[in-house]
Amino acid sequence: MSKFQFPESIKSRPVWGTLEPRAGKAHLMVADSEGAEALLDLAQADATLMARAHVIYIPRETGESYTVRLKELGAAQFYVGPSYEAAVPRLRRTLSDAHMGLQVYLTGTEGLMGQAMREAIEAGIPHSAIQTEHRGSIARRMQCVHCKGITDDVITDPFVCAHCGLNLFVRDHYSRRHAAYQGVCIDAEDPGNVPEPVRLYS
Amino acid sequence: MTIQFNEETFRDDYTFRNSDWAIKRFPFPFHEDSYMYSVNMEQHQGGPAGSVFEKRFDVDEHYVAEMKDRALVLAEDPLRCQSLPHMTLAGWDLLELIMVSKSEDYPDLFELHRDGNNWHWINRPMGIEQKFVFMDESTLPYGPMEYITRQAQGDFCVLDQRDDNLWMDAGMVTTQADWSLDFDIGMNFFEWHAPVPKAHEMGIFVRALKFLLNIQQGMPARRLNWTMTVNPLLDTSPENYHKWGVQKTTLTPENLGAKQHLRVELQTFFRLPRSNALVFPIRCYLISLEDLVTVPKWGRRLHRVIRDLPVELATYKGFIDNRPMILDYLAQHDDGLPTSDGIWPDLATEPPLSPS
Ligand code: HEM
Repeated sequence: MSKFQFPESIKSRPVWGTLEPRAGKAHLMVADSEGAEALLDLAQADATLMARAHVIYIPRETGESYTVRLKELGAAQFYVGPSYEAAVPRLRRTLSDAHMGLQVYLTGTEGLMGQAMREAIEAGIPHSAIQTEHRGSIARRMQCVHCKGITDDVITDPFVCAHCGLNLFVRDHYSRRHAAYQGVCIDAEDPGNVPEPVRLYS
Repeated sequence: MTIQFNEETFRDDYTFRNSDWAIKRFPFPFHEDSYMYSVNMEQHQGGPAGSVFEKRFDVDEHYVAEMKDRALVLAEDPLRCQSLPHMTLAGWDLLELIMVSKSEDYPDLFELHRDGNNWHWINRPMGIEQKFVFMDESTLPYGPMEYITRQAQGDFCVLDQRDDNLWMDAGMVTTQADWSLDFDIGMNFFEWHAPVPKAHEMGIFVRALKFLLNIQQGMPARRLNWTMTVNPLLDTSPENYHKWGVQKTTLTPENLGAKQHLRVELQTFFRLPRSNALVFPIRCYLISLEDLVTVPKWGRRLHRVIRDLPVELATYKGFIDNRPMILDYLAQHDDGLPTSDGIWPDLATEPPLSPS
């Protein structure tokens, strides 16, 4: 599957990379949905990696599409979770155990990478030990600047805040601490005049 | 002089007013007839007597009312004041800097008595008297940064310095020009400036950061920034934008002189001694256009600046839709005569507006 090319943007917007095998005694891989494809590529690039890997995978809407193939990679630990939230305690536990030199690989949606990145940084993993690769949905995790509620998987601009119901436009301004982009009321200066939502990047 | 503190509001009925004194000392931000972003920084070692640059932390007639407004904002939204755990020491540094500066610069308004770590602070305008132990948080009603910035005009960003960058790790932000501390907290210098147009490409932020990283204790710096605000609303926050944004549409040619305000930020930079953090106070001054044009030089110049401002800047500053109406108003105060260099009003030397 071809990778989405995000357009050039402002300096707070994260730039995602491409996963590469790194030397190390331990490897933590966190992926959702089509992020599985990046892990399959990674294992192909270095088959020896998986014996020292802990894979946390959240298939979401891809269901069973990738789980069997991922399992066959033979990771030392392989976990399939029903949601990111459900996987968080496991992720935190793993990170809190991490020894120097742990390599972290994050792949899938921006929401997953952003949140898992925050966990890793808070656990003291250096930036240089964390790699990312975007795969799958281009939806964004958005914070409503007004009510502070998070709306996951936003795919249109504008969108309706899942918490306060305001119509918000999608900014590129991004907070690593919130692992979210900023959503701002679109009709504040002309109440009720909300443009037809369009798909992001279209 | 002793300051008469105004009873006034920055919301709802907007009774905010500038006295003649406040108008004459307004920090007009344009030293020439045009404006573009630049690394406009200078030492903050005083200024002409009576000017807003004279003291380290200027106190004016709006002090008490601004502090009431801040308390209202915080009661509604405590997230406007945040400090990451490693910033408490910087908070004490800031408390010391403000208490020492204010008590030295305004001895009739503020007193600080220190006996070792036992401190006694008196704030006369706000009627506060506090005995506490310096560096002991349990002896103050709030954390040190929150305690002192509830008693100091302007917003405060406290920046941690590490990895050759500045990190916005604490702040008190209730009078901001449309940016969110809660969203920006933890960002570095380039990240929180990300939404600003043009300045990144012009290399301004790279040079500005270099300057800031080298600021030494006792050698504070300052710069001016500006925007436009409809009504004297201090809390132009993104948090409340869905409430105040609509006020921008209430301008008419008749009310514009009274409602449209030039909003100027006196931004200063101080190195803090124990934490090596940098504190960035952002002091907001508001002036209605009808008061501003009582200084003929300023009326002429503001017209030319607003007229020639690049579209990106007028859009970013949020007044692009109102610019034509603002220009119609200001054009009446520009007779085309030349203006003197510098920001000062020059009332004695600049000619009055010629009758058209
Ligand atoms: C370390 C202290 C500083 C802090 C905390 C700070 C913070 C900010 C923030 C939060 C914004 C709003 C960005 C947004 O739209 O979300 C801003 C705007 C801006 N800053 Fe800074 N800043 C600092 C220093 C500087 C310096 C030294 C310069 C020097 C050139 C500068 C130039 C600007 C400019 C040009 C804008 C756009 C303002 C406008 O057009 O109204 N800043 N700053």
